[in-house]
This record gives sequence, structure tokens and C-alpha cells, in this order.
Amino acid sequence: MVAIQPHGGERPSKLVVEGLCKRYGATTALEASSLSVGEGEFLTLLGPSGSGKTTLLQLICGLVEASEGRVIIDGRDQSRTPVHQRDIGLVFQHYALFPHLTVAENIAFPLKMRGRAAADIARRVTDALEMVHLGHLAQRFPRELSGGQQQRVALARCFVYQPSIILMDEPLGALDKKLREHMQIEIKRLHRESGATIVYVTHDQEEALALSDRICLMNHARIEQLGTPREIYERPRTAFAADFIGISNIFRGTATANGSLETAHGLFALPDGARCDDGKGALVIRPEHLHLGTEAGNSVAGTVSEIVYAGSETRIIARLDDGAALVLRLGPGETVPGLDERIVAGWQRDKAVLVS
Amino acid sequence: MSGAVAARQHRTGWRLPRLGPLWLALPGVIFLGIFFAYPVAQLLGLSLVDPATGAFSTATYQRIAGTDVYLRVLGITFRIAGYTALYSLLIGYPLAYWLARLPDIFRGRMLLFVMVPFWTSYLVKTFAWMIVLGRSGIINALATGSGIVDQPLALLHNEFGVMVGMVHAMVPLAVMTLLPVMGGIDRRLVQAAQTLGASPAHAFWLVYFKLSLPGVAAAGLLVFISSLGFFIVPAFLGGRRETMLAQLIITQIQELLNWPFAGALAAMMLATALISCWLYDRLFGLSTIAGGSAQVSTGRIRDLGLVILGWIAALAGKLAALTRMVLGKRGSGLILPLFAWVTIAFLVVPTLLVIPLAFTSSQFLEFPPPGYSLTWFETYFASPLWIQATIRSFLVAFATAIAATTVGGFTALALANSRTRWGGLIFAFFLAPMIVPRIVIAVGLFYLFARMGLIATDLGLIIGHTVLAIPFTLVTIAAVLKSYDQRLDQAAATLGANRLRTLVGVTIPLVKGGLVAAFLFAFITSFDELTIAIFVSGGIKTTLPKQMWDDMILQLNPTLAAVSVVVFVVVTVMLVTAERFRRAP
Repeated sequence: MVAIQPHGGERPSKLVVEGLCKRYGATTALEASSLSVGEGEFLTLLGPSGSGKTTLLQLICGLVEASEGRVIIDGRDQSRTPVHQRDIGLVFQHYALFPHLTVAENIAFPLKMRGRAAADIARRVTDALEMVHLGHLAQRFPRELSGGQQQRVALARCFVYQPSIILMDEPLGALDKKLREHMQIEIKRLHRESGATIVYVTHDQEEALALSDRICLMNHARIEQLGTPREIYERPRTAFAADFIGISNIFRGTATANGSLETAHGLFALPDGARCDDGKGALVIRPEHLHLGTEAGNSVAGTVSEIVYAGSETRIIARLDDGAALVLRLGPGETVPGLDERIVAGWQRDKAVLVS
Repeated sequence: MSGAVAARQHRTGWRLPRLGPLWLALPGVIFLGIFFAYPVAQLLGLSLVDPATGAFSTATYQRIAGTDVYLRVLGITFRIAGYTALYSLLIGYPLAYWLARLPDIFRGRMLLFVMVPFWTSYLVKTFAWMIVLGRSGIINALATGSGIVDQPLALLHNEFGVMVGMVHAMVPLAVMTLLPVMGGIDRRLVQAAQTLGASPAHAFWLVYFKLSLPGVAAAGLLVFISSLGFFIVPAFLGGRRETMLAQLIITQIQELLNWPFAGALAAMMLATALISCWLYDRLFGLSTIAGGSAQVSTGRIRDLGLVILGWIAALAGKLAALTRMVLGKRGSGLILPLFAWVTIAFLVVPTLLVIPLAFTSSQFLEFPPPGYSLTWFETYFASPLWIQATIRSFLVAFATAIAATTVGGFTALALANSRTRWGGLIFAFFLAPMIVPRIVIAVGLFYLFARMGLIATDLGLIIGHTVLAIPFTLVTIAAVLKSYDQRLDQAAATLGANRLRTLVGVTIPLVKGGLVAAFLFAFITSFDELTIAIFVSGGIKTTLPKQMWDDMILQLNPTLAAVSVVVFVVVTVMLVTAERFRRAP
């Protein structure tokens, strides 16, 4: 595949990152990376900690100076523009609200810095507060607000001056699960209503799947895979991508001449058209594609070691003969095997994905 | 039914007020009540009483108001203390800002350049400046030697000398007060301001500086109050026209034996200090001194403040742009580190210059020394007077350290476990000896000890020094306990340990570093202490600082340099050890 991923084609490019890279002495925080984000798109940078996603975000907004590469916003090279002139909005993980200013003053801050007229500021602040349903808290100080309210203020402070791009650095990381899900819907709504271009950083794959138009999966300071949530889930390109997004059963092995993969668990048929160039590869089978019973050339045997009932499904964890774990998902109607029972699980050849 | 009755009986029965763990602070409260609050209060009373009849009288105050001299001295004291606070902030703020932005590892090391001058004895520092600024001092020797000037400059015994000495003595205090506040400012707020469109100048002034203001005010207050009670610096570096209030008090007691009048002067100083504190509390809240969060003021003053900061930011932005044009981006980035290093040199170098002089072979304090020898150390070690004073200082410091660490430790433990409103009040009371000028405490103790027969005793010295050292031990131990996970105590309790065994087996081993640091800080406080020693030690029972003071008044000699080096080395070694323990428990 090519290095620069087009963002779909129908949208004009809002942000283009070209060969952006950051080194601190001998360590590389971000290898030369390129991507392009379309107008009004919601792109998520997803990856484990230390994968370079926050570095990429900081390079885009200018808080960190790039070692190489260019940041192009609206067709203009902004690589050397200082932070405060880039017209980018950044929502911080811990909100970064100014503790000495009231909610209204916090939201007015970016407008004042832009020298807007007082009446204009007042109107926009009111609108922004309405947008996040916090009109009644305008005169409070940030510390008098709950975590969720503070985050809504931070969002309002960012949306109020309509920056060309809004960056969000794990904005929901400090909230509990329930609130996080609520705020996800809130952010989705703000995105839809404002039509803003958003680059969002998270290490939470569910959040990424729920919010994004496209996901940029990162690992080891570089971009691992870039695509829609569906593409990445259904067609992961690497074992890391398969493992990081959703639950995967991964069998590593060597491709043989007759279109199968030789693994420690046996010889498995490859899906149609799948090839691995260097002979090494891995088969990824999602738990929902595994079923009890044999399938010609595509089954493994093991012992049930754990049964997890999760309401809409039942998850079976089986121990394979070499000690590796296998996860399969049973629908509501299916018969559940007993603990320590010997089972055979199979999958349809085309449901498996070959990754490098 | 019976349960309800029992409960009611339980409720109506006579009970101690619910202080809970605060009982642990009681010994300290009593100690400070007797040896700090009472003598200071009595001092205030004494100034309002006719010494002959014991009746209420404002005669002493009338005398102060009636004589031009005292008002002038008061004015001088205010002016010098005010300028000292101003300059210490102007120099200390950039240094503290630079330190606060360093990576943690470097900051720990760089901080020693502030800590060592902070704890170095005022006498040693003043002695150093006498050598540097004197008529035949280092600067004049260099200036005349190189032909820049033909006449030695008058750098000493004038206001310049006093200001240099005072600011040098106080910058470390300002920095140490500013640093915790700056460390508490979330650096991402400045980044946030910039992403929101604020230029670096606006981000600094509207966010960082605004949030550091409580620290600025606290540093200004502490420096101002400490400066009010200064006498060492003006006595040696100033002239007649730089006489400060504390010097008058010493003269009144030691030479004129006019105790009530000294009391009135001390009361005046105390009143000034208290009014400053009160003003500070109204504006910022006292807890910020201990690193607590600041109150947020509201109303018109606040709005005005924000507007003024906006103007400053705009001005600073223009200035920064201009500087950048002249020096370039790299050049203007070097201004702050350069300033910080020059300030560090100003703080450290004078004291270091004393070291070669201690090894001079000359009879005089000439710089550079014509040759090197150990003569002056031999003189020091051979002198029974110096050696006895040294031994006494060590013993007193050791006893003080044990007493102050015990009291401070129990109080810190009490405060850490207490959630009542009494906690804040007790904390403020224990910090008070740091805020009340030392000379006031010393004079108060002098009266008390005179009646108790504790003058010229080691016990008197130990008590006085413990009063001064308690705030340091409390703050040090409280800081460690703050980061200490209280659940460990609860875990020990659930595992079957009683209170005492929890304390001995779990808490103390884990906060050991803080305790050792507190012990050493208290030791240094006592080892350096002069003010109380002047009043309480008498005759041949002197301490090292007192002996130095007497010698310095008599005449400067190279033995003093040798003694200074000894004091400097002892204090520095203790300090570095304390810092090591404080960081890695």
C-alpha cells in the first residue's frame, strides 16, 4: 500500500501531514508519518501508550517542533507557525481549564485573544454554553464543577472560536465508564452539529470504533494501519491490528505451496486470494466466526477452561493442546459445553484473515 | 429500648471535646504556648505598663513618637525591608521560574545552589560580603589593581552595602517560597492558553504569572517580615544611617538595660509584622504559605487585576518581539538561563571566596592570599574559647534537633490524621515562630528566662532554638506524611497491629527519610542561630555564632575566615545529607 492514505476522495483535504517525524536524541518518538484528513472528518489516532499518537497530535498543533516533515492546514504549510497562530483547538486530557477564571471567562479566553468585540464575545459564550447545556454554571469556577461538566466546558472553550481543526487528547480518559459513554454521544453530536474536523487521540478501541469516520492505528512510533473502523476490524493488515482491535484468535505459521498455512496447531486453509510474500504469516479468526464442530481443514481441538456468560452471548475460553488460549462466542440459542469438556472448533475458510 | 437509653447516657456523660488524633499536638501546643506565645504577648503588655508602678501607661510609646530618632529608624527599617522584598522578588522570580521548568533530576541538583545559601549562616554570608565589598576588599583590590578606578569605591557602610547583603540573604527565601507555588501550576495551562491563541507573553502573564501571584505575595511577605528583624547585615554592612529597629532593641537591652523600651520597640515590630500578615490573609489566604491552594478573589479588584495583567502582557509581548528581533530566537532563549546562572553566582560565589582566605598565610584578610597555610585553623583549634563554643553549639543543636523533631513529628502526625477545622489553626500556630521576627521572640524569651533563671544556661538556648526549629520540622515531616499512604496504617490495623506497633513498625520506617531531614534542618537552625544566643547565652557560655559575632564586632581577622569555613562545611554537609534523605526515604 502507499504511504499517504487518501481520506475517501469526496472531501477536500483539511489537514495533510507529510513525512512528519520527531526524534529526541537517539530515541524516535514518531517515525516519518503521512496522512490526510478531510474537511469535517472525525479521525482517531488509536494505539497503546508510547505508540506516538500524542506526539503526532502535539506536532500537528505545534506544541512540539518537528524534526522533519510538514504540516499543511487548508493548503498552507504551517510547520513553522507558532502554536498560538495555528488556529487549532486542543482539548486536553485533564481539561486544562484556567482555575482563576470563571466558566464564562474560560470560554471567552480564545475570543479575547483574537480581539473580538465584547458584544460578539458575550453572544458566542452564551451560545457555546447552551450548546453544552451549561448556561446555568457560567459564573462558577472550574473547581466547583464535576469532571463531566469540566470536560463540557473544555469542549465549549474549543468549539466557541471555530478553529479550523479540533484536536482531542484522550479527553474522556479521566471520566468513569458511564460518563465516558455519555460524553462520546455528546462529542458525536457536537461534531455533527458543528461540522468540525476532529483529530481524536485515544487508547480505547471501543471509543475509537464508536466515534470515528476513520481510525489511524499506531504502534511503535509509526502508523500501523489507516482505514474505516469496519476495514480495520474486518481486514486487519497485521497481527497487532487484529489483536488491538477486538478479540482475535491468531495462529502464526508458514505458507505452503498449496495455499495453506502450516502452524503449530495444524495445516489451515487460507482464504481465497490471500498470499503472504515472505512465506511467514498469521491467520486471524474472530471469536464470532468460530463455531463448535469440525470444518474441513479449519479446526482446532482443546479443552474448555472458562465459560463467561455475558447476556447476549456466552464466551468460551478453551485451552489448546500446546497451552494457547482460544476464544469463541456462542449466540443465545447455542448449546454451551461443560467445563473441562473436550471440544473441536472450526471456521469457514473465508472468514479468516491472513495478516503479516 | 435499652440501647437507646445507653446511647443517651453515653451522649450526656462528661466527655473531652472531640479532638481525636489532635491530642498528639498537645505537647507542642503547650510548649509553644509557654515559650513562644506567652513571652511574646507579655512583651506587648510590658510596653504598656509603667515599670515603676505597674499601672497602664503609654509612656514608652509617647517617647517613641516624641523622639525623631525612633521614627526615623522605623522609617529606615521599613524602607530597607520593603526594598529588600522588592529586589528579592525581582531577582528571585526569574530564578524560581527557571528552576521550576527544569526537568526533575536537574532541579534537584540546581536547588542546592539555593538551599546552601539559604541555610548558610547570616554571619558567614555577612562576613563574606565584608571581605568582598570592603575598602581593601576583593572588588576594590581588583578595581584599583587593574586601574579601572584610582580610589577604592565606597561599597560598605552605606545603603548599597546593606541592600546587597540583605538581598543576598533573602533571595533564597523568596525562591524557596515561590517554588512550591510554581511547581503546583499545571504547565499544560500555558500550553492550553497558546493553543487557544494567546501569544507566549499573554500565556505567561495572564495564566502562569496570575497563578503564581499567591507565591509572589507569600515570598514578599516572608522576606519583608524577616527583613524587619535584621540586625547582622545592617550592623556590619551598613553605616549609622542604616541603623535598623533590631539594632536599637539590642542596644536598649544590652547597653542601656531599658527593658520596657526595648519591649515597646519589639512590640512595634511585631505589630508591623502582624498587620502585614493580616493584609496578606485578607488578600490571599495564609494557607498558600504552606503550599495550599489560593482563594480566588472576586469582584471589581479581580477584574481590575485581570485588565492590568492584560496591559502588562501586551507590553511584554511587544518587548519580547523587539528582543527577538535584536537577539534572534536562540539569543532571546538564552536570557533566562543566563540570568539564572548570574543569580546563582551572586548567591554562591561570595561565600566560596571565604575559603581561600581561611588558608591564608597573611595576618590580614588580603585577597588573593599571598601564601597558604593552616595557621588560622591551628589558632582556632588551639583556642579553648572557640572550641568550647563549638562543642556547646554542637550539643545544643543536637538536643534542639531531637526536641524539635519529636514535637514536629507528633504534630504532623496529629494534623495528617485530623479532619477538623482545628487542624488549620494549629498548623498556623506552629508556623508562627517563622513569621514573628526572631528578635521579638528573643527579647520575649529573655524576659521569661530572666525570671526562670534560665539565662546563660544550655537549657535556655535549647528551648529557644526549639521554638525556632519547630516550624521547619513540622513542614518537612508534614510534607512526607502528605504523600504517605494512610491506607498502609489501616492495612496494618486490619492485620492485627495496635496503634503503637503500627507507628513503630510501619509509619516511622516509611517516613524515616523525612524524619532524618527534619532532624538535620533543626540541627542547622540551631547551629546557625545568633539572635537568641545574643540574649540567652552569657559570659563564657557562648555558642559558635555568638563568638563569631563578638569577634566580628571587635575586629576582622583570618581566624573568622577559618571558623566560617568550619560552619559552612558543617552546614553544607548536613544539608546535602538532609536533602538526600528527604528525596529518597
